[in-house]
Amino acid sequence: MSEPDVLRVPWVHRLVRSRWPQLLVTLVLLAGFLVAIVAGFAGSPVGNRNFAIVGVWIAWWAVLMLVAVPLLGRGWCGVCPLGAPADWIQRGAILTPGPRALGLGRRWPAQLRNLWLQNAGFLTLAIASAAILTRPRLTALVLLALLAAALIVSFVFERRAFCRHLCPVGGFIGLYAQLAPIELRVRDKRRCAAHRDKTCYTGCAAGSGCPWGVYPGALDRNAACGMCFECVRTCPYDNVAIRWRGLRNDLVTAPGHRLDEAFKAFIMLGSALVYTAVFLGPWGDLKAAALGVGSRAWVAYAGVVIAFLVGVLPGAFFLAGELGRRFSHSPLTPRRTFASHAAALVPLGLAAWVAFTLSLLLVNGSYALVVASDPFGWGWNLLGTRNAGWTPALTGALPILQAVVLIIGLGATALAAMRIARGTAGATAGRQAAPVVLFAFVVTVAMLRLLVG
Amino acid sequence: MQRSWRVGLLALGAVAVLIVPVPGGAPAGGERSFRIEATSTGFTPAVIRARAGDRVTIELVAMDVVHGLFVDGYELSTTAEPGRPGRLAFVADRTGAFRLRCSVTCGSLHPFVVGVLKVGPQTLLWRAAMLAVIAALGGLWLARR
Repeated sequence: MSEPDVLRVPWVHRLVRSRWPQLLVTLVLLAGFLVAIVAGFAGSPVGNRNFAIVGVWIAWWAVLMLVAVPLLGRGWCGVCPLGAPADWIQRGAILTPGPRALGLGRRWPAQLRNLWLQNAGFLTLAIASAAILTRPRLTALVLLALLAAALIVSFVFERRAFCRHLCPVGGFIGLYAQLAPIELRVRDKRRCAAHRDKTCYTGCAAGSGCPWGVYPGALDRNAACGMCFECVRTCPYDNVAIRWRGLRNDLVTAPGHRLDEAFKAFIMLGSALVYTAVFLGPWGDLKAAALGVGSRAWVAYAGVVIAFLVGVLPGAFFLAGELGRRFSHSPLTPRRTFASHAAALVPLGLAAWVAFTLSLLLVNGSYALVVASDPFGWGWNLLGTRNAGWTPALTGALPILQAVVLIIGLGATALAAMRIARGTAGATAGRQAAPVVLFAFVVTVAMLRLLVG
Repeated sequence: MQRSWRVGLLALGAVAVLIVPVPGGAPAGGERSFRIEATSTGFTPAVIRARAGDRVTIELVAMDVVHGLFVDGYELSTTAEPGRPGRLAFVADRTGAFRLRCSVTCGSLHPFVVGVLKVGPQTLLWRAAMLAVIAALGGLWLARR
């Protein structure tokens, strides 16, 4: 049975082609983003009384990791308040392209067309995360810096260079978007091949050429598609589909083979372990070291975290992959084995983040009620919920939920590892995949130990 | 073997892991008293242990500012001010690992001031680890041609 194309539903098609619904959501999010910056600088320094902390690191993060990324892939990028102003600059208008685009329109340097800068950006934020997640002013500074970077980069370079190559959030959304149950693809590639003007890429009066620099006719992964829907608007043949593909994902149909993508998977998986140990673990000295940015203890902490994320974890995985390669007599090089099989860790990484985020939401979600009434901590009571107490939810069921999520993630990783190995090692795929799955099992048990042990 | 059979066998294994009884700890019903010192970065001791059925008494001592103590799963809490300890007494009738959390805003790290109460055998952890074995082997097995 073919996968359903939601754009065949007339009202969905109208909703997607119109720019208004997307713009309205973006404007609401942009307002929230600006409130978070103001609250961070001018509001209460107490994190759980400030919208910058609760709105961003509890509410937004929970929506992103529990709903948007698992179900919509890069759906968030389509309404991101950082990306939208960048688009407006380049279009020279807010809705349809204006008469004259602003900005210099330079091409992003070829050497930087990868995820390395995003990996470095996420690492930088990760080692300072305890301070960023608890100090409103620091959160506001980070948000402001991201906004400034997005605007400057979009003014100088063409398309969404910031989103594709710099945004630390966009990097991991792209990684996990490969698991999303929806995909944007063309209906008939032959029609795209025959279309001379390629308006989906070059743009026309109906809309911009793909802001993400993707040619939809060749799109086979969710990773780089920003779900902005410009191609739906610019295709003269109505040849773009948004399909519900269910459990099918991009890891097997189009596995990545790039080292930058592989390291993104390790940095994200390892960060989930680190964040869980620091924020949800009982080790006060570790928390103090993580919080004390600039101190000697923090330098040691940052060094250990970086060594773990880009050295120990990938190193152990490399050994596992190499063991499998030798057992299976695979023709692949060690480097290619490492890069292609790292894609199998994507489901486990997402599961680890979902498990971590469940803790954040269920235990501290009630602070959202407080800051909804009093976003700056100035004593307002807009919705009458300022004095709502801290009410952790489902704390008895939380460890069970987290264990279930991790086990599902491991199962999906094992499936993906075996399917990737079938493409690289053929009949001896089991021997290639087994050490990789063993690696994933050890990580899962470590995560279980941190969360439910 | 057909895929549906494989799925069935794996499901059977998972059910077995969930229902097989786990050996219990030492006989319980005793008294366990703990003095927990709270600071704005954590609790000391950070991990406390009791046997299932023990009557647990926790004295919470605030070392710097006002702190609270909330026990996940048991949904109990107390607060302590510097010089005025808080007290919590309950029967540890549920096994597993339960997070102890500060329930009164105490500083930057407040939402992450965490300790752990471990009661009896860690049944959930062991069952989850066994299910993880099944998930890992199952993934490999289901994807085999």
